[in-house]
Amino acid sequence: MIDIRAAGPMEQFEILPIIALDFAGVDISFTNSSLWMVIATSAIVLFFFLATRRAALIPGRVQSAVEVLYEFVSDLVRDTIGADGRKFFPYVFTLFIFILAANLFGLVPSIPGTPAEIHTFTPTSHLIVTLALAMVTISIVLIYGFWKNGLKFFKLFAPSGLPIYMYALIVPIEIISFLSRPISLAVRLFANMFAGHIILKLFAGFVVSLLSAGGAVMLFGIAPFLGAVAVTALEFLVAALQAYVFAVLTCIYLSDAAHAADH
Amino acid sequence: MSIFTLITSAAETAAAHGDEAASAGLPQLDPSSWPSQLFWLTFTFGILYALMHTKFLPAIGGAIEERRDRIADDLDKASEFKREADDAENAYNQALADAKAKAQGIAAETRAEVDKDIAEMQAGTDAALEQQVAAAEARITGMKADAAAKVREAAAETARAIVETLIDEAPTSDAAAKAVSTVSNAS
Amino acid sequence: MEAEAAKLIGAGLASIPLAGAGVGLGLIFGNFLSGAFRNPSAAAANQPTMLLAFALTEFTGLLGFAIAMIILYTF
Repeated sequence: MIDIRAAGPMEQFEILPIIALDFAGVDISFTNSSLWMVIATSAIVLFFFLATRRAALIPGRVQSAVEVLYEFVSDLVRDTIGADGRKFFPYVFTLFIFILAANLFGLVPSIPGTPAEIHTFTPTSHLIVTLALAMVTISIVLIYGFWKNGLKFFKLFAPSGLPIYMYALIVPIEIISFLSRPISLAVRLFANMFAGHIILKLFAGFVVSLLSAGGAVMLFGIAPFLGAVAVTALEFLVAALQAYVFAVLTCIYLSDAAHAADH
Repeated sequence: MSIFTLITSAAETAAAHGDEAASAGLPQLDPSSWPSQLFWLTFTFGILYALMHTKFLPAIGGAIEERRDRIADDLDKASEFKREADDAENAYNQALADAKAKAQGIAAETRAEVDKDIAEMQAGTDAALEQQVAAAEARITGMKADAAAKVREAAAETARAIVETLIDEAPTSDAAAKAVSTVSNAS
Repeated sequence: MEAEAAKLIGAGLASIPLAGAGVGLGLIFGNFLSGAFRNPSAAAANQPTMLLAFALTEFTGLLGFAIAMIILYTF
């Protein structure tokens, strides 16, 4: 007997502890979010392990896929940051692949009848996770920016070649824009995942509502079902695109830090 | 239990869950789950970063680099071979040109020699011919002079005979000759 | 139930940015396409920029959506 029910649109985002853990009074339970982070990470590691097990001169299918990803991010980093970008490549690559895997695993349908704790969960649909990733990026930007440029890093807020009275306007705008970067970076990814999954659940909920109405009305259930299929396809695009955008914006911010003194 | 009752009960559960979620607020804004999420994010992301940084990315980069080197090597080798082939071709062309030039030289030399021989022979022949012509001309002149002298003699003889017939006196041959030559010179 | 009604109205108002995001996305894709038809050889090079602009614009709408959800489910 399978328990069929339409979950509320918010239910999918609930954090459910699987193994209760406590560290120095802080609750660090292994939750469904942790489970899917571990699943995503393990999948990446397995994939890369298979790809690099035998680094062949003529790559196989898996190795080709991994090399395409490598070249993609490598080109992105080189084109955006330049020669200084080489040392950030592992970070940007990890960021990209982690977000991509987390987003995509969130789109795997849950197995009906399994406990809610192991239902599909998208770690990146939680603001705290994306905010943490954004904060890591901004911390690297700040630390590297000050290490590389010293106090000249502040030239980032005052682009040269402007009439002097313009600075009164430009500098506050630049500062606000800089301060809003981590927030926009975090909220963009979070809101995309959040909104996409809510819309998916809403369509799925419509299907269940129409089916439960019974009779001929049930036939209308096909419309939201097709809608859910279309939204799932769109969500795959969004999942890949948001991982790419997060990586691109990280690169742009790092490029700012690397070239702040040249402004 | 029919499928309809099943779905109806499902919808009821869903409605109940929806109410529950609505009352519980947005799960994202519940701070009690944050430490756990941050911890596990750090844990998984850290492990992933460490593995990528130390193991996977160098391996992939190495493989790509090695392939690129190999291709560049092969291209170098190919261009090397092409250069060698070009060199060989050039050498062959050079040899061919040399041989041609040599052949032409020999031909020209031979031609010059032959020309010289021909010229010499021609000159020899010309000289011989000229000599023969000169000799012939001399002979002709001699014969002409001879003939003229004979004619004169004959004329003088005739004149003497005529005069003897006319006046029965034979002039000396000297006088007759003198007279003929006077007349022939006058005419 | 006045607060409940105000909540729903507020959530509806917070969804208005979606209209602006829609206009912005249309402008981005429309302009990209018209540019791409004029100079197809340069289209591929500008695709990442286009996707970036898409993401930045879409963010505005999603921010409205997220605020609507927060109003609906948090208060």
